[in-house]
Amino acid sequence: MINFDYIRTSTAKAAVEAKAKSASSQFIAGGTNLVDLMKKGVTSPEKLIDINSLPLKQITADAKGVLIGALALNSEVAENAIIKTKYPLLAQAINAGASAQLRNMATVGGNMMQRTRCSYFYDITMPCNKREPGSGCGALQGQNRMHAVFGTSEKCIAVHPSDMCVALAALDATVHITGAKGDRKILFTDFHRLPGDTPELDNNLSTGPGGQKGELITGIHIPANSFTKFHYLKIRDRSSYAFALVSVAVALEISGNTITNAKLAMGGVAHKPWRLSAVEKFVTGKTATKETFAAAANMAMEGAAGFGQNNFKIKMGKAAVAEALLQASQKI
Amino acid sequence: MDKELLIPTSFADDRVDGVDKVTGKATYAAEHQLANMVYAVFVCSTIAKGSIKNMILADAKRAAGVLDIIYYANCPAVPGYNPYAKDPNKKGYEWRGLKVFNDNKVYSNGQPIAMVIADTMERAVHAASLVKAEYVKEESDTDFENAKADEKKLKKPGEYKRGDTDAYKKGEVSLEEEYTIPSETHNPMELHATIAAWDGDDKLTVYDKSQGPKGTQRELAQCFGLDEKNVRVVVEYVGGAFGSGLRSWPHVPAAVIAAKKVKRPVKLIVTREQMFTTVGYRPHAWQKIGISAGKDGKLTGITHHAVSITSRYEDFGEGIVNVSQFLYDCPNVNTSYRLLPLDVNTPTWMRGPGPATGCFALESALDELSYKLNIDPIELRVINHAVLHPISKLPWSTKFLKECYVLGKEKIGWQNRPTVPGSVTEDGMLVGYGMAGGVFGAGRGQASAKGILKADGTLTLQSAVSDMGPGTSTAMVTMGAQFMELPANKISFELGDTDLPNGPTQGGSGTTSAIGTAINVVCTALKQTLKEMAIANVPAFANLKPEALKYEQGIISVTDNVSINISYTDILKAANKPEIEVVKDSGRATAEAQKYAMNSFSVHFVKLHVHPVTGVIKLKQIVSAADAGKIISENTARSQMVGGAVGGIGMALTEEVNIDNRYGRYTNANFGDYHVPVNADAPPMDVVFVNKADIIISPTGAKGIGEIALVGVAPAIANAVYNATGKRIRNLPITPDKLI
Ligand SMILES: Cc1cc2nc3c(=O)[nH]c(=O)nc-3n(C[C@H](O)[C@H](O)[C@H](O)COP(=O)(O)OP(=O)(O)OC[C@H]3O[C@@H](n4cnc5c(N)ncnc54)[C@H](O)[C@@H]3O)c2cc1C
Repeated sequence: MINFDYIRTSTAKAAVEAKAKSASSQFIAGGTNLVDLMKKGVTSPEKLIDINSLPLKQITADAKGVLIGALALNSEVAENAIIKTKYPLLAQAINAGASAQLRNMATVGGNMMQRTRCSYFYDITMPCNKREPGSGCGALQGQNRMHAVFGTSEKCIAVHPSDMCVALAALDATVHITGAKGDRKILFTDFHRLPGDTPELDNNLSTGPGGQKGELITGIHIPANSFTKFHYLKIRDRSSYAFALVSVAVALEISGNTITNAKLAMGGVAHKPWRLSAVEKFVTGKTATKETFAAAANMAMEGAAGFGQNNFKIKMGKAAVAEALLQASQKI
Repeated sequence: MDKELLIPTSFADDRVDGVDKVTGKATYAAEHQLANMVYAVFVCSTIAKGSIKNMILADAKRAAGVLDIIYYANCPAVPGYNPYAKDPNKKGYEWRGLKVFNDNKVYSNGQPIAMVIADTMERAVHAASLVKAEYVKEESDTDFENAKADEKKLKKPGEYKRGDTDAYKKGEVSLEEEYTIPSETHNPMELHATIAAWDGDDKLTVYDKSQGPKGTQRELAQCFGLDEKNVRVVVEYVGGAFGSGLRSWPHVPAAVIAAKKVKRPVKLIVTREQMFTTVGYRPHAWQKIGISAGKDGKLTGITHHAVSITSRYEDFGEGIVNVSQFLYDCPNVNTSYRLLPLDVNTPTWMRGPGPATGCFALESALDELSYKLNIDPIELRVINHAVLHPISKLPWSTKFLKECYVLGKEKIGWQNRPTVPGSVTEDGMLVGYGMAGGVFGAGRGQASAKGILKADGTLTLQSAVSDMGPGTSTAMVTMGAQFMELPANKISFELGDTDLPNGPTQGGSGTTSAIGTAINVVCTALKQTLKEMAIANVPAFANLKPEALKYEQGIISVTDNVSINISYTDILKAANKPEIEVVKDSGRATAEAQKYAMNSFSVHFVKLHVHPVTGVIKLKQIVSAADAGKIISENTARSQMVGGAVGGIGMALTEEVNIDNRYGRYTNANFGDYHVPVNADAPPMDVVFVNKADIIISPTGAKGIGEIALVGVAPAIANAVYNATGKRIRNLPITPDKLI
């Protein structure tokens, strides 16, 4: 056995202090991703800091929005009455992910922090710059059907696999973080990173301006909104328990037949949930017609570039954006 | 000809082993616990071709609990590996397949190259991760698409021709198309596992996941130079196999080698990842079909070529093109089949082996032809229905294929099928209907069974077969109850142990007819014995002839005077015998049977939706109609059909191993990335049986179900996709990206 220490913490303070002390320690929440990675030899932390008894499971709402604790389970969030009525896009996205069993274990924080499912990342006999910087990117000229078409670098073309995060990116969420020296907040869309020259970094936790060693996600805040029309569309290789080939989260406000407010993000296309700000601007003020949606879909995929097996994602991305907009607009 | 046996056509029976299976009481191969047992774990190669220069073992040796590490340099000699080292001219038994740890050669990525033995499973797994190999790498070739074009690389297992070659080229209406299927793995839920325990130097007991305990016994006896009777193989339960358990893979001798070396019982479990690289798969195949018909729909020519992959160390081929030779009546047929050896592990039979692949091409081509001819695809098949087997010119023992068309067509609502592809929508989804046929050989294998009738009224039936899931035990109990005219709760069936009478390997859809026949013979013999015992031991029957007595529902009586009667249990008591025992053989098929061709047939019907924009497929309904002879156990027969159809869904829509040809290594060797269908992929499924006995094959009337349940499902789905979208997908699986 590869021995590791295991400690259980009951306060966020104790957790971040323990983490800051040991460079190779990791928090463990549901364990549905971390334990797999340990078994595959992708990561071998010296210490696991169990955060499951931290008081971060609450989902609380006020006029400004909703705060979801980092340890709320994926299934609890999706079933929560506030989320279902006020933020149904999030519930829909969560339910499109993984399987019921996994969602019953997975936490909000863990979901955000889950690592890519790139085969080369998982197979320690293969090259992967994310797992072993400098070893090369196996996917670039290899099996890259699942891989990114936006924001890639020579070093890495992996995608962030989460469904939940796509909805959170669309909904202007903010990530609440605590560290040994205090708290900070990051816009959800700034939380995950593009690979650039440092694909080993998935996100800005514990790095970047204001980052401290051993940071912990404490929660997610979603601002109140008045979207009545929404849709999370996920295209995958089987009906359940498969990661997205492409996914789209859409939230719309429509007055008469005019789109007055729009939020869009895509999954399965980049190293981070891919917010479509330009498309949002484009559709705002336009009538909700198939033509508008088709134009928006073309715009969404501008600049996308495939690597062979994943070229289809450009066409599929367009189809998905147009269809998601249509579905959202037809919601009653 | 045998007489037909009276078996109820519908038996609302539960699986006799159902409760044990769902409550965890059933003990699968890996779950047996032996005293003093230790654990072996494979270390697998990380290159696809070359040789091992050096094994780096120091860290693993130092790891806690490690007892030994076995690899080519220290592996004890295995007699069956190199039997002709002394006399190369001698021919006889030699271990087929990979001779694990025999030398330092690497033939495929993921090949077992060492085995760590430790006192616990966890410690063995960890120590195995510490073993490293230094290789002399050679350039590997796993690229099927590239290599198949090179005629020099192909081996030629077979050609067939009747009438003119390539007659389709001159046909009135014709087409020529290519079809590919990727390699598909069996990956049953239960992992392959073997426990080996030696008793001295010449006795061996093995717990194994095998579809044929007797076959495993034979292989191991020969491989290790043992007396067959000194090798006991136990296969109590099998958690699915689909063909992967039809032969012994490297882990079986490996466990035996390990147990020999460490002188303790050894358990070796193949990991999920290793299930992709060590226990076979349905081979990646390319096919080309040329087919033609007259305007009336009569087929005038079929040309069918196929190439499928095999390993460098073993040829595995299957009857892919055979279906084109006999499924339909066509005067001009030529086929060829080639093997393409690559740097991969050996493929093997997987549910519906051969026809599953062949029918994908043939039944897709026929569908395509039907549109060109503007003839309904069912009608086209009826027009070309073969009354006599086109090769042997023999009649079929039974063939109720036309009945299958009628039954299935009605159930699926074929009249709603759009005649113009892509022309009908339902809830915004494109609607498609498709159908395709399936076929597999039928016959009667040989089997023995023992019956033990006890004074307490119970009957125990035994045969050394295994039950990988089709419900063999249930079917045998059902038949035993019928033959002995006793309630089913008095009957039990024991299997999965080579100490029991010889049973066949479970494969090719032949178990029910083989053992069922043996059980019938056993029951007949038991009744005769009871009569003789009554005469010898019961005064009222003294001096009568057995022919003057009759047996009915456990009672022996005098035919002319039924008031003289005695129950079977009382006969045993009167004779002062706790039990009587008979062992009988099924016998071979009768001479009469030589005059017939024998097949099971199926026709699968599919209704599905395709999203017009995203290409996502939603199956709406599958109807499988089957001519499988007499249905012995309605429940388990239905389950077989449904399970096969789900396997067909995987073949059509989701399953595919991905290989990175630069490394010759699989990139989706896990259940997250290798997509077997989930419940949500399976639509409502109906099964309809013609349910007519074939008593030429065997007196049970059964033909076989396991294979025809899957054969034909994939083309039926592909044909429905075409009907919905106008897109003809000829390379499986049909994932959404192929439809946008
Ligand atoms: C087969 C399979 C299929 C799946 N399919 C999907 C899918 O379709 N869509 C999808 O979205 N997801 C899918 N998932 C992924 C699943 O959603 C994640 O595994 C899960 O969300 C992780 O949450 P967890 O609590 O178990 O995290 P853990 O495994 O406990 O932790 C994951 C990482 O997050 C870190 N972490 C956890 N909590 C915090 C915190 N509060 N602050 C800082 N760091 C933290 C841990 O240190 C660790 O590095 C799938 C998973 C599997 C195994």
